Amino acid sequence: MAAVTNSWVNKRGPGGIAIAFWILLALLPFGERFVAEGSFDYYMFMGQAMLINAIAILGLNLLIGFNGQISLGHSAFFAVGAYTAAILMNFAGWPYWATLPVAAVVCFVAGFLFGFPALKLEGHYLALATFTLAIAVPQLLKYKPIGKWTGGVGGLLLDKPDAPGWSGLGQDQFLYYVCLLIAILAFWAVRNVLRGRGGSAMMAIRDHVMAAGTMGIDTARYKTVTFGLSAAITGVAGALSAITVAFVAPDSFTLQLAVSFLVGLVVGGIASLPGCLIGGAFIVLIQNSSQSISDWMKATFSISYDVPAWAIYGVLLIALMYFMPRGIMGGVEAVTQRIVNRRGT
Amino acid sequence: MEFFVQQLVAGLTSGSIYACVALGLVMIYVSTDHINFAQGEMAMFATYIAWAMINAGLPYWVAFGATILIAFAGGLFIQRVILKPLEAAPVLSLVVCFIALLSIFNALAGMIWSYTIKQFPTPFPARDLFGSGLVSVQQIGVVGVTLLMLGLLTVFFHYTTLGLAMRAAAQNAASARMMGIRVSWMLALGWGLAAAIGAVAGMLVAPIVFLDPNMMTGILVYGFAGALVGGIGSPFGAVIGGFIVGVLENLVGSYIIGNELKLTFALVIVVGVLLVKPAGLFGRVVVRRV
Amino acid sequence: MAALLEIRGVSAWYGMIRALYDLNLTVEEGGVTALLGANGAGKTTTLRAIINMVRRNGTMVLSGDDISKCATETIVRRGVAQVPEGRGTFVGLTVEENLRLALHTRRSRAAALRDMEMVYDLFPRLRERQKQQAGTLSGGEQQMLAVGRALMLSPRLMLLDEPSFGLAPLVVREIFQVLARINTEQKVAMLIVEQNAALALELADTVYLLETGRVVASGPSDLVRNDEALRKAYLGY
Repeated sequence: MAAVTNSWVNKRGPGGIAIAFWILLALLPFGERFVAEGSFDYYMFMGQAMLINAIAILGLNLLIGFNGQISLGHSAFFAVGAYTAAILMNFAGWPYWATLPVAAVVCFVAGFLFGFPALKLEGHYLALATFTLAIAVPQLLKYKPIGKWTGGVGGLLLDKPDAPGWSGLGQDQFLYYVCLLIAILAFWAVRNVLRGRGGSAMMAIRDHVMAAGTMGIDTARYKTVTFGLSAAITGVAGALSAITVAFVAPDSFTLQLAVSFLVGLVVGGIASLPGCLIGGAFIVLIQNSSQSISDWMKATFSISYDVPAWAIYGVLLIALMYFMPRGIMGGVEAVTQRIVNRRGT
Repeated sequence: MEFFVQQLVAGLTSGSIYACVALGLVMIYVSTDHINFAQGEMAMFATYIAWAMINAGLPYWVAFGATILIAFAGGLFIQRVILKPLEAAPVLSLVVCFIALLSIFNALAGMIWSYTIKQFPTPFPARDLFGSGLVSVQQIGVVGVTLLMLGLLTVFFHYTTLGLAMRAAAQNAASARMMGIRVSWMLALGWGLAAAIGAVAGMLVAPIVFLDPNMMTGILVYGFAGALVGGIGSPFGAVIGGFIVGVLENLVGSYIIGNELKLTFALVIVVGVLLVKPAGLFGRVVVRRV
Repeated sequence: MAALLEIRGVSAWYGMIRALYDLNLTVEEGGVTALLGANGAGKTTTLRAIINMVRRNGTMVLSGDDISKCATETIVRRGVAQVPEGRGTFVGLTVEENLRLALHTRRSRAAALRDMEMVYDLFPRLRERQKQQAGTLSGGEQQMLAVGRALMLSPRLMLLDEPSFGLAPLVVREIFQVLARINTEQKVAMLIVEQNAALALELADTVYLLETGRVVASGPSDLVRNDEALRKAYLGY
């Protein structure tokens, strides 16, 4: 499918819209009075989840949207990040914020190493290898000999960090800001990478790998590094997830998770940075409303079964491939392009 | 020694299941260059349909045959209606589509029949062959049905005109068109057959591992491994690869790593083969022209 | 003689690139028409356009039936067989299987099997190598096989794309003799694209000269053969 055009890469600073948007996100925790009594913390938690998913999708987007590789196994890197954070907090007593850089580094190495065999694979084959990875990881996490560290099937229960006294914020508000800060950092970092020479090389590889090679781009190096970066970003999201949910268990990191990232990516728009945020929000909304959607479908179509989110994802993905392969941001771009064209005439 | 033989036999039995799955994958790959990630879930769904029929009172072999026909029709339908419109789309779109089908089938099965595991009947009596303690009639049955099915497919592809036309369409679509062969229908038939083969695999394995929506995920991965080992472009290789991988899985699982890392072992095989010998034992490497 | 195939105002594109410009061409029933021109003139594109294997517009009429919107397979079933550039051999099938493929589309199995005997009579070497993998055949034998496959479809019109390409002169002569026989005995019309102009002109009764996607000259082959200026300008001899 056509990627969203990357003309923004050549622009100077982040657009005014982007800055306004991030400011808006930062102001959300002050809207406590607008929501129902007692549900504010829940909304904050949802906000955290949306940001975490957005970061995870950002990592996946770097690989798929900007470098043309493919991965059905990013749940594996998310898991590695989550367990790294969990183990450091649980067994070594590390503070939550210190686990994030470690998770990033560990996942970078894991992704970089996986990037080597990935060099020889393309398209369906790489999808196959990463698919197998996604399926193997939950079983691997349940492996008894390492159960001492991973907590085995039952997983690890963690302590949710409290907001520091000087902030005057509730726990969930504070964690929301932590997620927001990391998100801003991640998006800013990716944006800079993409605007630099590395980014051009990555995208050249995406667009025509053989031509890129003849232009003197060391495609092997860029592809493996991109894999590493992609894994690192998703891994940090995983670590944040461990911190905010305060629980890690093998069955949280299945193929379904990898598929949900893919759904978010495709809905938001491949090779679109804002698309990652849309995708992240979308996933969380679907998960939370699958019960309501199910009820609606039961009422409207008089079926007697609960419709799971997994099924909705499937139908949605196919519909998107048919009607909106460039995702929501693709649609937005198409509309703005038409407006710009009309202005020009 | 006795234990070794038992593991070997168990390996050949699971190997037949993997061979079936691998064959279905290879059939689709050879005709369309796509890897059908939904192969396992389609097989699982077909097996549930069989279960529902048997539960409603149909005799086993009637349900078996009916399921094969339903699976065939389903595979054909999916190719014609859902995949054909996307045939010119980039690889990522198609991979997304397959994953979508996987999700839908898995979710539908869980939705309609719930996630509690069910017993699936076996047509084979539960006793050992000649009371030997080494091989059970069930195991012979599984291998036997697989070999019978493979035999029928070989006859179809090599001794009938339609089978010949399908082989031609898979090998060289342009030349096949020039011979008046409706290539897109051949692809649809290929899908139908692959779905039917998958259904057989599902029905053979369900009595052993019990029926539940996630029954085929691990088996699919081993099917991939088998197809890669044998050569993903070769139907014959897929079958051999399936048996090899089945035996390896059991022997390595029993003697070396234990049964808890079977999926990781499959991952090692998949990545290993793709790195070392991507064409597998019987396949051909495709050179990409600039 | 009635027109078997009429092409009117056909243009063709590869993506954004236009390869044919409003082409007009006619093949008479039972006639042999040669399509000549330099590399890149659009000769192969014309053959592809006839069986709708390239994006094109315009009108194509086969024996009075409009085939402009028909799919390749349908056009083939109506009696147009192509012997493609590069032979198009099914390398993974045996020689016999290559020929038997036609049984899938032929209505009468008996007639098709008779035609197979006829192909073996025309090309004894193929009979010798019946059970061999087609990919192991020599270039000349694969060309014979390609012609044989086309004949198995019992066509009214055969489209041949550079049948002499890469073959030794003796083999080429043999094949062209068979083509002449097919045309005379079975009244199969032919449209031949050739780089080897002299050879094509011997066989053909009508000639079209193509240059960069347009017809620049056409007429009876005698006239073209005897027109030294035309030959020098477009055919290089």
